[in-house]
Parts: sequence; C-alpha cells; structure tokens
Amino acid sequence: MASRTANHLTQPVSQRDHISGPASAPVTLLEYGDYECPYCGEAYPIVRSLQQRLGKRLRFVFRNFPLANAHPHAQHAAEAAEAAGAQGKFWEMHDSLYENQEALEDQDLIRSARELGLDVARFTRELAEHHYAARVREDFLAGVRSGVNGTPSFFINGLRHDGSYDFESLLAGIEAAAE
Amino acid sequence: MSTRKPEHGSGNRTTALLPGAQAPDFSLHSTPDQLVSLSELRGNPVILAFYPADWSPVCGDQMSFYNEILPEFRRFKATLVGISVDGSWCHSAFAGERKLHFPLLADFEPKGAVARSYGVYREQDGFCERALFVLDANGTIRWSYVSPMGVNPGADGILAALEALPQQEK
Repeated sequence: MASRTANHLTQPVSQRDHISGPASAPVTLLEYGDYECPYCGEAYPIVRSLQQRLGKRLRFVFRNFPLANAHPHAQHAAEAAEAAGAQGKFWEMHDSLYENQEALEDQDLIRSARELGLDVARFTRELAEHHYAARVREDFLAGVRSGVNGTPSFFINGLRHDGSYDFESLLAGIEAAAE
Repeated sequence: MSTRKPEHGSGNRTTALLPGAQAPDFSLHSTPDQLVSLSELRGNPVILAFYPADWSPVCGDQMSFYNEILPEFRRFKATLVGISVDGSWCHSAFAGERKLHFPLLADFEPKGAVARSYGVYREQDGFCERALFVLDANGTIRWSYVSPMGVNPGADGILAALEALPQQEK
C-alpha cells in the first residue's frame, strides 16, 4: 500500500532550510509542522529522542506548515521562528515554541526573543511587519505539493512516512532508510 | 503526482469513474433547506471529495486540511464540495465545529446513491470511499483517485489535476 501512495518531497533540502545534524548523515528526517498543533507538540520530544539516539547518523529538517484556520497563533509563531532564524537562533526559538505551546501570544513570542538574547527591537518589528510571512507560505505550498496531509507530516529521505509518528515507528522508518 | 491512477482500498470491488467520463449530475442538500446541484457549478472546475463520515478523526483532518488549502483551489476558480452519507443536520454541526468554508453535501436519501453513481460506495460498510474527482468546466472527470481508507490523500493530486486542465478551463 505504501508504494502505491508514495509521496515524495517536491522541494529538496537546501541551504534555505533549517537543518540540525551533519550533511553526511545517511538519513534525513524532515518535518512539516505547526507550532500550535498539539500533535506536533507530542512529536517534538520524540524527534529530540531520535536525535539523541541516532546522533550524527540523523539530519533533522523543519519546515513550517501552519494550519491557520484551526490554529490562530500558528502563523505568527512560524514567523517568529523565522525571525529568530534570521538572527541565528532558529532552533532555540523552535524549542521554546514547542516547550511553551500554550503561550503563543505576541508578547510571549517577544519574551522568548528576549530570553534568547535576540535583538528584540528588530525581532518585534519583523514580526509586526510579517517580514517572514512569504517564506512561511513558501514552506506551506511546497508541503502541499509534496503530499503533506496534516501535521505533523514526516518525510524520511524524501519519502512521506505514512505510519504513526511514535518513537518506534519513526525509528523503524529511519533504520529502514539507512540500510 | 499527476500520474496517480484510481486505486481501491482493500476489499473494495467498486470501480471509480475514470477520467474522460461525464460526471453524473446530482442535487444534494448542503443544509437542511439548501440544495446544491452539480449542473449549477458548470463553467468552472469542481472538486468532489467523497469521505466516509463526519466526525471520524481522519475524515475530520481531511476536511479541515482542505479548509486550509481553499485559497489554492480558488486560484483555479475551482469549487470544492465534500460528500458523505451523513445527513444535513450532522453536516451542519460538523462544518460549524470545524469552521469549514465549503459545503458538505448529504448523500443521505436514497443513501449513497451519488457515491454509487461515481462507483465509490462501499456496500459492505454502508458509506463511501475516500475518493477524489476533479471535473473540468464542462463537467467531464479529468482525474480521480481512491485513497486507502485510513490515509488522508492530501491535496497534491488535486492541485496537479487542476494545473493540468486546459488553460481556458482554469
């Protein structure tokens, strides 16, 4: 069944992406996620565990897929992660958002920026001006074209993972891809 | 994924209508006092999204997901309708709760008749397949796809089919 419904990433991983882990890793796990989505919140510590377990054997990539109708704070949270990324702290903000999913109002985002030591004036201005909205939209549209069908959607070495996103299922998918 | 062919979930013996076929017309309730006829939607592309049931988790995800993609469908002037055997009161409650911005049609009486006419009714289950049809402006089926029951088919196939329509029909 999987082969008949196989969906491939239409936009390969590139320098525009937020990447954690070495380019030489045999497996790339890519997530399309939404910072307000409770299921993505469940997946967050699972991805962390996979990274700890696999170390340099895993490269993790995160792309934005805010479901703005269902999650009113998701779009701005995604833009906040990008704004932090522009100051070299994407992953720090990414972690902060998932660890504080219940507090995603703009003042919460700005507080996180301050705690991360970002240039808060720049961060606040870019957030207010929706400086990274187009970039978030690019992620979203590329995700739709790749067959993202909800959040979180995972791709392992470019192929959509249609199984569950629990630790064992993802690990099995990753290990199968590494062989 | 424009090369995807119609597929069938396990145990299913029905055959979804294929590209080239004229889409069977229908009139179904979108609310207890409103009817939608397919013939009224001629002139622009139409997306028919058959799904098994309101409220079941995957279906909810699929319809909520399409709700997020509506601006992309609208770029092609395409109208999306969801169709299941649920009644219009049930659809109203479901669409209200999920804040859906497209109609859900009730293939309720005679039950599943429209799904049957498209070859996507599951007699053994009493509900329809998770099936997608993209119709051109003339009501001809240009793409159809039956997803495995538990898999949300996403929107990539729909968008590829809309993109492949002749220019004047977009």
